Amino acid sequence: MTTIPWLTILGIVPLVGALVLLVLPRDNVRLIKQAALVFSLAALVLTIVMGLQFDADSTAAFQFVENYPWIPAFGISYAVGVDGIGLVLVALATTLVPVTILAGWNDVQEGQSVKGYFALILVLETLMIGVFAATDVFLFYVLFEVMLIPVYFLIGRYGGPNRSYAAVKFLIYSLVGGLLMLAALIGLYVVSAQQLGQGTFDFAALVGLDIDPTTQKFLFLGFFIAFAIKAPLWPFHTWLPDAAKVSTPATAVLLIGVLDKVGTFGMIRYLLPIFPAASEFYAPLVIAMAVIGIIYGALVALGQTDMKRLFAYSSMSHFGFIALGIFVFTTWSMTGSTLYMLGHGLATAALFLTAGFLMQRAGGSSAIATYGGVNKVAPVLAGFFLFAAMSAIALPGLASFVGEFLVLLGTFSRYVVVAVIATLGIVLAAAYALRLYQKVATGPESPHVEGMRDLDGREVTSLVPVVLLTIVLGVFPAPVLDVVNPAVDRVMDTIGMTDPQPALAPAGGEQ
Amino acid sequence: MNPEVMVAPEINYLALLPMIIVGVAAVIGVIVETFVGRGARRPVQLVLAFGSLAAAFAALVWQSSTRALEVEGALAIDGPGVLLMGLVLLVAFVAAMLLAERQVDPAGDAFAPRASALPGSVDERELTKRGYLQTEVWPLFLFAVLGMLIFVTATNLLVMFVALEVMSLPLYLLAGMARRRRLLSQEAALKYFILGAFSSAFFLFGAALVYGFAGSVDFGAISDALAAKPGENTLIVIGLAMLAVGLLFKVGAVPFHQWVPDVYQGSPAPVTAFMGAAVKVAAFGAMLRVLYVALGGLRWEWEPLLWVIAGITVIVGSLVAIAQTDIKRMIAYSSIAQAGFILIGVSTATAEGLWASIFYLVAYSFTTLGIFAVISMVRDSGGEATRIEQWSGLGRTNPVIATAFAIFMLALAGIPLTSGFIAKFVVFEAALAVDAVALVIVGVIASVIAAFFYVRIIVVMFFRDPLEGAPRVAVPSAFTTLALSISVAVTVILGILPQPVLDLIERAGVFLR
Repeated sequence: MTTIPWLTILGIVPLVGALVLLVLPRDNVRLIKQAALVFSLAALVLTIVMGLQFDADSTAAFQFVENYPWIPAFGISYAVGVDGIGLVLVALATTLVPVTILAGWNDVQEGQSVKGYFALILVLETLMIGVFAATDVFLFYVLFEVMLIPVYFLIGRYGGPNRSYAAVKFLIYSLVGGLLMLAALIGLYVVSAQQLGQGTFDFAALVGLDIDPTTQKFLFLGFFIAFAIKAPLWPFHTWLPDAAKVSTPATAVLLIGVLDKVGTFGMIRYLLPIFPAASEFYAPLVIAMAVIGIIYGALVALGQTDMKRLFAYSSMSHFGFIALGIFVFTTWSMTGSTLYMLGHGLATAALFLTAGFLMQRAGGSSAIATYGGVNKVAPVLAGFFLFAAMSAIALPGLASFVGEFLVLLGTFSRYVVVAVIATLGIVLAAAYALRLYQKVATGPESPHVEGMRDLDGREVTSLVPVVLLTIVLGVFPAPVLDVVNPAVDRVMDTIGMTDPQPALAPAGGEQ
Repeated sequence: MNPEVMVAPEINYLALLPMIIVGVAAVIGVIVETFVGRGARRPVQLVLAFGSLAAAFAALVWQSSTRALEVEGALAIDGPGVLLMGLVLLVAFVAAMLLAERQVDPAGDAFAPRASALPGSVDERELTKRGYLQTEVWPLFLFAVLGMLIFVTATNLLVMFVALEVMSLPLYLLAGMARRRRLLSQEAALKYFILGAFSSAFFLFGAALVYGFAGSVDFGAISDALAAKPGENTLIVIGLAMLAVGLLFKVGAVPFHQWVPDVYQGSPAPVTAFMGAAVKVAAFGAMLRVLYVALGGLRWEWEPLLWVIAGITVIVGSLVAIAQTDIKRMIAYSSIAQAGFILIGVSTATAEGLWASIFYLVAYSFTTLGIFAVISMVRDSGGEATRIEQWSGLGRTNPVIATAFAIFMLALAGIPLTSGFIAKFVVFEAALAVDAVALVIVGVIASVIAAFFYVRIIVVMFFRDPLEGAPRVAVPSAFTTLALSISVAVTVILGILPQPVLDLIERAGVFLR
């Protein structure tokens, strides 16, 4: 179709940006930040151009495909390409990076390297694009693991108190998953070598394998645990609240908003198509974990006294919805999960960034009790905060609602009881989000809030795109659905699943 | 003598050129010590050492297509042999750069001015004041290299034993010659010597038993005897076990690892670098040859043995490393764990396993050299600053050095885009190809445990503030700078583009017999 290596260019732009930052003079902080913003915006523009060229009706599994041999001895290639799901998540990443750069303009404290902070964010952007675009499982794994390093430094160097503990906890948890995945990955390679003569890591070839169910179950577990730690699902979630608590708002947005999606993305892209039998076998277990996560995360969020930890637990609850949608094997729920990933990414950005602005004005405290009556002194900030809270509740008309609704619809069509229990999560979400807003923004002004200045132009500019996207996708999700649906249909095809009530109208009709 | 009774062995001197060059240079080095004036010794020895290693490598490349049993079947110049010799020479060349460094220690190089002077004596102070350097290290070093070259090509248990001793004896001496903390260094040398002598005795006893079974010490003949006499294996199994003790001692596998931390800690950092990298290459090379060529027929006996030892080695090395507070001891335990990973490759008894082990050795040896290059540079007034807490804030004060060290740590932890990841990958792949699932799981668990202490070093360097009286990073001469740059380059390039090296190893094929 096209000979321009779009994805490679897109991936390289932030990396080049990071290198440029490194050679800029250390003292010219302003120039460093501007350069970072320019490169991240360039990546966003490229993504938009790609999105316009993306052919939603194409019959090819992947578009913008590139494939070059990398380590032929093990059938490893540099192979990239995106389907609708990949494209949506790449777009999420390239949208949120400039937003976080702008919002995190003054994140770096005195005495720390500004250069390092923004260079790490740009490197992370390259890796995020790569991980969603990889169609070679080995390449995916490499990027999946390497991604840990910039995040580790972002948390460990630039985070709040207790950051090195949180950074190490994050890294060790992720490495446990990553190494189990490595073992499973090599196992998969050995199976492919036995069946095809020459081993391969090519995604399409691996999907075509006929792996015996017992082997599938073992390999599935290796991948699944890695993804469940990344996403994170109950009971693999304990690293998340610590990491979220100490991260800067920008890091937290990228970590929870984008990086954690790699886990759920991996489930749709790799687990289901490559291990269909095992996915079916383990589906009840995963659904149980997801539902427990939904309720448990929401309940624990209700009890938090710290905003960031509250957001972390609420995210865990939302990840439960996403995983649920994937493992009930219906077109609606899977489409819903993809949309939910997008919606949750935006909601997370809104939450962490507004909370970050609040904290900056109150000496960095993330304790809920610090705040009160913000809407009297800083009405704009309080307004955005309310919007963020609504978006976390998945208010109808906002992006996360579409995803949540589709997931529940799909779940209901297969497992009524599960859907009913999961719906309780929404009620709890309303409870913790409204309670949070009430304590922070309403009531008498707390001493920390007095004289708080409202958002300035830069801060509003960083939030507006998130708000607009949340509303647009909530009211008119059709373009995204059009892109995602063929990809989801293909996944359903490869796992040999059909929707329980095919008579109903296909997803997309609820606008 | 009657020529009909005694035929002179036919020797293809060209194929043996690398060994001849290094051996002759070592002998000349001894003569230089006697006849050249004190001031001129160091430059002459440096030229000899670097020149002979480079010439030997050139000769090896020139003769690299040789695939033959030489010297009446005592040495095998075959694909893996040539490859391992080349690796030994390259590693020795880089290690020689570290040995040649004399700028990081204000008093001179890494070695005591005269090993015979009592530690703390007037003699010692006087010699230090006069700036004496001990140049005997160079011939010793070359003899050790010669021993390694023969060790990895020997196809005869006696030749192998001689090579083992030629390799080990100079190392025992080198370990004891540190300029700083001399008592620790001498203690290390003595421990290394006594335990090493024990293990050599085991090796020799094993060779005798194998001779008793096969009537020959020649690998080919042993293999034939095994095929000819199935079912009467008692003698050779005991012999195998004893040979294994000798070789497992040299690679530092559990339970023969007790010497490793003491010797790593006590020896001068450049010697530890050489020992940690080159001895591993040589010892694993020899082990692979003994097991695959001579005792291939017994693989059902030694495979389970190696599985157990590999599993225990990775776990024990990783666990004990967590508790270390001295960076050299931590690296020592990490080297034990790494030896376990290589043993996983060895235990597969397949060509893939052989190649995987060799790749692992390539990756690991250069990373080790780099690690000790950095360790030799981080110093306080008492010499190398090896307490881990002293490294706090190194990432702030010396970002370049700290980044290099972080890359080595990530490589040892097996993070992708470093050589260590590809190494682990190929070893696990070889193991899974023979269905050693349990071993891979154990390896994965050990990797996670190990990641903890590798990451801790990064935490200390980057996330903590420098302590009062923190060590300074000495500005090294071009020698160490170059050695460090090469190590970083190999570690990164092998992680990103391993294909050429994988090809090279695969083309080398398998052992001749």
